[in-house]
Amino acid sequence: MNFRHAKTFLLGALAASFLAALVASRINPYWLYIFYDIGISIVMAVSLNLINGYTGQFSLGHAGFMAVGAYTSAVITNQFGELNFFAANGIFAVALYAGGLAAALAGLLVGIPTLRLRGDYLAIVTLGFGEIIRVILQNMDKVGAARGLSVNHGWTNLFWTFGLAAVTIYVVASLVNSTYGRGFIAVHDDEVAAEAMGINTTKYKVTAFVIGAFFAGIAGGLYAHSKQFLTPGGFGFMQSITFVVMVILGGMGNTVGVILAAILLTLLPEGLRMLSGIEHLPGFTAERPLGWIGDTRMIIYSLLLIVLMLTRPQGLFSFRRKRN
Amino acid sequence: MKIWPGQFLAAAAGAVLLAGCNQSASPGAGGDTIKIGEFASLTGSEATFGQSSHRGTQLAIDELNAGGGVLGKKIQLLTEDNQSQAGQSATVVRKLISSDGVAAILGEVASSRSLEAAPICQQNKVPMISPSSTNPKVTETGDYIFRVCFIDPFQGTVMANFARQTLKLQNVAVLKDVKSDYSLGLAKFFKEGVAAGGGRLAAEQNYSGGDKDFNAQLTAIKAANPDGIFVPGYYTEVGLIALQAKQLGITVPIFGGDGWESSSLVTIGGAALEGDYFSTHFSPEDTAPAVQNFVKSYQAKFNETPDAMAALGYDSAMMLADAMKKAGATDGAKVRDALAAEKNFPGVTGTITMDAHRDASKPAVILEIKNGAFKYVETVAP
Repeated sequence: MNFRHAKTFLLGALAASFLAALVASRINPYWLYIFYDIGISIVMAVSLNLINGYTGQFSLGHAGFMAVGAYTSAVITNQFGELNFFAANGIFAVALYAGGLAAALAGLLVGIPTLRLRGDYLAIVTLGFGEIIRVILQNMDKVGAARGLSVNHGWTNLFWTFGLAAVTIYVVASLVNSTYGRGFIAVHDDEVAAEAMGINTTKYKVTAFVIGAFFAGIAGGLYAHSKQFLTPGGFGFMQSITFVVMVILGGMGNTVGVILAAILLTLLPEGLRMLSGIEHLPGFTAERPLGWIGDTRMIIYSLLLIVLMLTRPQGLFSFRRKRN
Repeated sequence: MKIWPGQFLAAAAGAVLLAGCNQSASPGAGGDTIKIGEFASLTGSEATFGQSSHRGTQLAIDELNAGGGVLGKKIQLLTEDNQSQAGQSATVVRKLISSDGVAAILGEVASSRSLEAAPICQQNKVPMISPSSTNPKVTETGDYIFRVCFIDPFQGTVMANFARQTLKLQNVAVLKDVKSDYSLGLAKFFKEGVAAGGGRLAAEQNYSGGDKDFNAQLTAIKAANPDGIFVPGYYTEVGLIALQAKQLGITVPIFGGDGWESSSLVTIGGAALEGDYFSTHFSPEDTAPAVQNFVKSYQAKFNETPDAMAALGYDSAMMLADAMKKAGATDGAKVRDALAAEKNFPGVTGTITMDAHRDASKPAVILEIKNGAFKYVETVAP
């Protein structure tokens, strides 16, 4: 993203999400909540892209940070009863921020000892970390343990999801385009050379990790107040993989591509669900002629991923040449 | 080629918003059919239960339609899969209610997924009947949420009484799945029941659903020398636990709850499970004519013997249809009132009466594993 357009984009997107929130009551709730999922996926994928794409560190524990943010914000907002519009949004903002900070702290805690590792080793450590968070939550009676935690308030709306998605995009894009941020790309391109040029690679890696975790925590808060029910099982390894797939499919270090991939991968399963539900099609006599898609939906989804990776290994939406 | 995110997002948001606005909900009772939604774990880790439950429900709907439907209309069952994943049930139930406009919701087997859907049904005033979620919290969500199965406390208490009175056990051990809410609930009420009956808890060990090796826990239990082990888990782990217990030389009976109920249990555990017991909702060996008719038509349609999940799925759909007939309408509030007033409903899983908490009050069945098959032992009334 061109840096000069970034501020215009941020203001435009904030205004657009505010306007969208005003007409939200006219949108079918099923679609409305899918938009929330899309916004949350964008925040997750773009923040993970800072770690996996721009900085070149392979993290498999992003859902773990999301869980920290989700539970933290839910515990905070559950302290309050019914509130008026302004109080509710104020508390929600504070809770989201607190969730982000808690996740960032978790990112710092894992980052400092582990980011001296490289490549595969780091991937395994982050994988282990994600699982640790899940298991801790599973055994914490205060947040319902395996029974799950009911979130009393459904405060997530279009303004918060897409507004925060815009902020995430703005922060990540501005960061990697700043003088300071070139360090991330240097770490990605050649860690040894970067170190030789006097870049503190560990510090850069920890920074990327903490910022990425912060936004994952915020996404967790949005998730908690949209689904209104949290179980530790919802933040497992497979969830982390989903976000990694979004980053790889969009093209590592390509923000626009990653946003598109996040939208596509969230809509795809629902789109296939819709196809299977069509009751009549011209040219077919049977009822629900595409009903078979319903049963094979996840196979189609996986096959599409395989085909996309085989045909566009550089990322589905890499329009520019990769920075190398 | 360059695309600015701003332009792209604006275009995408506009297009998607339009798509959303155009979707209009059709009323559940519109036209000549009544739409009923079902959400189930047809794929994923608990697919065995989800598939059974779905088949039972489907059979009930087919029988109702063959008999002329409900209120003179055919019933259309819309089934959505949640892949046994957290977060999916909320999405599919919102779809069923707001896009398909169903009159009522049936589902789910797992309590955690029912808990995700229940607040949405309550908000939209759409009655929901869970066939086999045993967690008390499910129906506490609100007055539109019902269930046709008994709840965890009852099963834990039944097994405690069975262990104390029928098996005459003094000293029991508990091995529970800390990952599963269901397992924790059963274990809690079992322990209370044993203590109330004057028994002693010899040992208590934990495992995590998905574990393959239970030797550490079983060795600790063996050291405590109990005369019975309560394992309120799901069949995959229970089969392995039974196998490994026999290998360690543990010969005392193992018993548990309805999470054992699956034909896969004996496939995994084999001969190690001989003489073990579990409580459940239903036995196909029951000689009551309603049960035998159900077993016969289920076998004819799916070529297998129905399990408890299938029977409960069947009862949930039948009770919903009964309530709609009594209410004389498919309107949410009227069906809700009719469901709350259900008394002595003749289900295949026993006579069901809705109590004040919208939980079913009904008998439980104890089965023994003999020669690789489930044999009926006794029925315990509430």
